[in-house]
Amino acid sequence: MESLRQLFEQIFGTEWGSMLFILSTNVTFIFAIVVPLLLGVAYLTFAERKIIAYMQIRVGPNRVTFFGIPWLRGWGQPIADAVKALMKEIVIPTGANKFLFILAPILTIMPALAAWAVVPFSAELVLADINAGLLYILAMTSMGVYGVIIAGWASNSKYAFLGAMRSAAQVVSYELAMGFALVCVLMMSQSLNLGDIVKGQQGGNMLHWYLIPLFPMFLVYFISGVAETNRAPFDVAEGESEIVAGFHVDYSGMAFTVFFLAEYANMILVATLTALLFLGGWLPPIDIAPLNMIPGFIWLLLKIAFLLFFFLWFRATFPRYRYDQIMRLGWKVFIPITIVWIVVLGAIMQLPESIRNSFPLNLWF
Amino acid sequence: MIFQDIIFYFFSTVLIASALGVITVRNPVYSALLLVLAFVTCAGLWLLLEAEFLAITLVLVYVGAVMVLFLFVVMMLDINLDKLREGFWKWFPLGGLVALVMVVEIAMIMFGQYFSLEEMPAPEPKAADYSNTKELGRLLYTEYVYAFELAAVLLLVAMIAAIALTLRHREDKKSLDIAKQVSVKKEDRLRIVSMQADKKN
Repeated sequence: MESLRQLFEQIFGTEWGSMLFILSTNVTFIFAIVVPLLLGVAYLTFAERKIIAYMQIRVGPNRVTFFGIPWLRGWGQPIADAVKALMKEIVIPTGANKFLFILAPILTIMPALAAWAVVPFSAELVLADINAGLLYILAMTSMGVYGVIIAGWASNSKYAFLGAMRSAAQVVSYELAMGFALVCVLMMSQSLNLGDIVKGQQGGNMLHWYLIPLFPMFLVYFISGVAETNRAPFDVAEGESEIVAGFHVDYSGMAFTVFFLAEYANMILVATLTALLFLGGWLPPIDIAPLNMIPGFIWLLLKIAFLLFFFLWFRATFPRYRYDQIMRLGWKVFIPITIVWIVVLGAIMQLPESIRNSFPLNLWF
Repeated sequence: MIFQDIIFYFFSTVLIASALGVITVRNPVYSALLLVLAFVTCAGLWLLLEAEFLAITLVLVYVGAVMVLFLFVVMMLDINLDKLREGFWKWFPLGGLVALVMVVEIAMIMFGQYFSLEEMPAPEPKAADYSNTKELGRLLYTEYVYAFELAAVLLLVAMIAAIALTLRHREDKKSLDIAKQVSVKKEDRLRIVSMQADKKN
């Protein structure tokens, strides 16, 4: 690294050289995050089709392969799908607002990718180690709903607009529960920095993960995450039995694929955040010899994959919520639970030191 | 410093242009979206001032929640712009007067005794581990706790008032009793009939 910096300074001079060095390393890091992420998205769609197929006693995609290798059958499917989507024409309906129609998928994928800037992949591996990391992620994910609303409006179609309205109401209501659940995490960790939050869960074994003391918050956060990403069973925004395909009913080709990519990138983001905030991020479950030899990055990936499996499992298992049931769950169940838990947590934090230490299982602090 | 200046002028230009756009574009959906752009660029300016908590909260609260609902309403309204523009010249003198008063007031503050550039120099750059959020929280919950609680109560009153104004009881409304639905047992809904097995051919 240092020799590269010197090379830059020799070529461009000391002032511009170091700036250009920072710029080029950051761009490299961004590519190192986004390219594996998009590959992960592609293979998440494959995993989804395969897992749901096996749950429904089918086989799933099993034709497309690489170079005719028989045991890779099906593994070429995401690539084939991507090529197909690239070849298709983007139809812009008459009466649609052309500018906003094209802008909507861009506005959806932008926050889904931008939020990854502050996600730490291990104790050192992070692009932007900012103090207000968690707030930044909340702000970015809250912007994702614009793409959906604008898509619904710009399509100039009733079905699309209904989908957009449903999605907007749903996302805004579940964001509250999500934010309150995160307040509990912040109270435990006393930091907004994601790296510090994971470090706060250190302590040798998985009993120190925030999963145990904040278990109800874990459930609230994860279920709200499923609702935020408009995934089944909260997928009323694109409920195909009611409003065709919801907000993206008029989209085709690559414009549709971008919505699709954003949805799956958001799923991975929610799984990653849940792993970081509640499942100890890159920490091994028990800090003993064979387990802590495995690099932290692998542990994080395993936890993300475990949580993503739940997303797919939900989709294969649960029937879609009715709209009023979604609203009831968000406002009347989750928000009261989170508010009560914040008060309980605050009361425990205010207890004198001696009483806190005499708890039978002192997991809290 | 020159790099920060470039960023500052870029953000300011975008901010002023989008703020002008909010009141000049014909399509109300565009003007709502331009307001979103104005908020985001404003957050960028605040980041330049090292107020990262305020900047991100601006995006989170105004862009992420308030403007979503705003856009939502604007999209559903069928606004007749020609009708709105009818009284423009009639009300122009009054509007111009208000604008003039505002400009004078801002000028009085900016060039006055207490807030002029000499009185308010750029703050010292803080160390990397300085947390804006913690500082704000400490001030808000100690020195300004009374004002903070008052603001919270005010918001609560507004919320309850909004609910009370829109809540109406209708006699013909059909509603579900969720507790009843959840506590349904198999025996209530399902009747198991034992049938004789068919003979296999």
